[in-house]
Amino acid sequence: MSAGGGDDAMTSQVPGPVGPGRARGSLERERRQAYWLVAPAVLVLAAVALYPILAAVWLSLHRFILVFGERRFVGLGNYAYLLGDARFWSALGNTAYFTGVAVGVELLLAVPLALLLQRAFPGRGLLRAAVLVPWAIPTVVSARLWAWMFNPDYGLINRLLLGSDINWLGAPGYALHAAILVDVWKTTPFVALLVLAGLQGIPEDLYKAARVDGASPWRTFRSITLPLLKPALLLAVLFRSLDAFRVFDAIYVLTEGGPANTTETLSIYAYKTLMRSGDFGYGSTLSVATFLCVVVLAAVWLRLLGRQEEAR
Amino acid sequence: MKQRAGLGTALAVVAFLTFFLGPFFWQVLTSLWPDGELTRPWPSHLTLENYVSVLWGRPFLRVVLNSLVVAALTTVFCLVIGSAAAFALAKLEFRGKGLLLSAALAVSMFPPIATVSPLYLILRAVGLRDSLVGLALPYATFAMPLTLWVLTSFFRQLPDELYRAARVDGCTPFQAFRRVLLPLAAPGLATTAILVFIFAWNEFLFALTFLTTPEKRTVPVAISLFASEYREPWGEIAAASVVATLPLVVLTVLFQRSIVSGLTAGAVKE
Repeated sequence: MSAGGGDDAMTSQVPGPVGPGRARGSLERERRQAYWLVAPAVLVLAAVALYPILAAVWLSLHRFILVFGERRFVGLGNYAYLLGDARFWSALGNTAYFTGVAVGVELLLAVPLALLLQRAFPGRGLLRAAVLVPWAIPTVVSARLWAWMFNPDYGLINRLLLGSDINWLGAPGYALHAAILVDVWKTTPFVALLVLAGLQGIPEDLYKAARVDGASPWRTFRSITLPLLKPALLLAVLFRSLDAFRVFDAIYVLTEGGPANTTETLSIYAYKTLMRSGDFGYGSTLSVATFLCVVVLAAVWLRLLGRQEEAR
Repeated sequence: MKQRAGLGTALAVVAFLTFFLGPFFWQVLTSLWPDGELTRPWPSHLTLENYVSVLWGRPFLRVVLNSLVVAALTTVFCLVIGSAAAFALAKLEFRGKGLLLSAALAVSMFPPIATVSPLYLILRAVGLRDSLVGLALPYATFAMPLTLWVLTSFFRQLPDELYRAARVDGCTPFQAFRRVLLPLAAPGLATTAILVFIFAWNEFLFALTFLTTPEKRTVPVAISLFASEYREPWGEIAAASVVATLPLVVLTVLFQRSIVSGLTAGAVKE
């Protein structure tokens, strides 16, 4: 906000005593000022998100190699190539597998963790602070940290599994699961916090009533906690699956997509095509494809959430 | 029965604490492990030599400074622009409010890879590609939605009467915002600032793509590229990780309450 000039202009419009005729003008002025207040934020969002996504779609319709300066319109040619590109389908499969397994495991861990955090016990403050540690550590740092844990010769994991010499990040079957473990470690706390917020919204009376009726803890969990937690769980799944689907940092640091592309996700493949091959045309096609997948995923989850709201 | 529940809780707490903190402590231990002894099951003594070589043998302090600059720029930029918008979203009547908030949420879900190629071309065209200032701009992609959501929910919690009283006293909406509501929203601003700062400090893809000069690298990029000629310098990586992470961990533990409320504010109350 420009401080001096704008301020003066606004001071001159101080409303007098409120009268019937003034109220309308004042509302009108309020609306005008509201638009001025949100305008910079809208502009920024348009500049960093709306314009780039449209430009990416436009770029994806070109053959465009950055270093050669070669750029010509090819229509849907890149998309036709995409459909026959086995590496794209394998990256899509890896991304979907990563997302599904990671989010599933995170939910399975987060619900008990949230139930635990809701209880009063000595050391709850410590646990609450501790779960935020993985969340606060930069993803790159946590990936490096786990890469050292996974080290086949001297890593902690093989030290603990006495005599094991599994090459966690170098063997095709293991590497993607190792990446999933890093993601689970880093983001389960966030899911648990969302679930905890949902738990705190369940009225205490319901639990009291269940206790009076003599319901077992498991029965109470199945009949009261879980159904009432469903919106919070769906929301957590929405946020986390969209986030997991764009995974880049952890895998780039752990394996760069290897061994033999078995951990290559859509973001990694698109990044390599853009920045290593300098192919801004097909790279943008891969980016747009990733974006469309996220849009479809979001639409499906939002529909489920909407149905949930209606049912209530 | 009661005792069994207590034991179960204790076991679960220990299991979760081990899982979440164990790897971090292993990293701290590795950073203090003498370099030649990493092949041994246990170090004979602890040493600070990894920290010395990271902080003085490499341009790592420069890298930390770069990250501080980018994260601070992003935070200030988004807070100045976002607080005005969040105030309007919470307290003023105008068309398109819901649309703006949903749009912000949608933008925060954008995969960064989707916008990276046009952003690269734009920043290159205006000569800001390999610059820290240029990096702070695309960071608004995730920082601005976060700011809008968290701050809007904070402004909503302030009573409407405050705003109306300021208006009756002759303030314009903007003056009511700057003189009355903004100072009261200080805790919300602090929470938002911490969240945006942490997200900007941790960002990797844009920093990796846009910055090419080694002296301009941010902490995540530097740590991802950390290498020596012969083998992975695990001890030094661990030391650098601890240096890069400890401020965040301290910040998080100190402000855990406000961070948690900020993180879940937009998500659950709507």
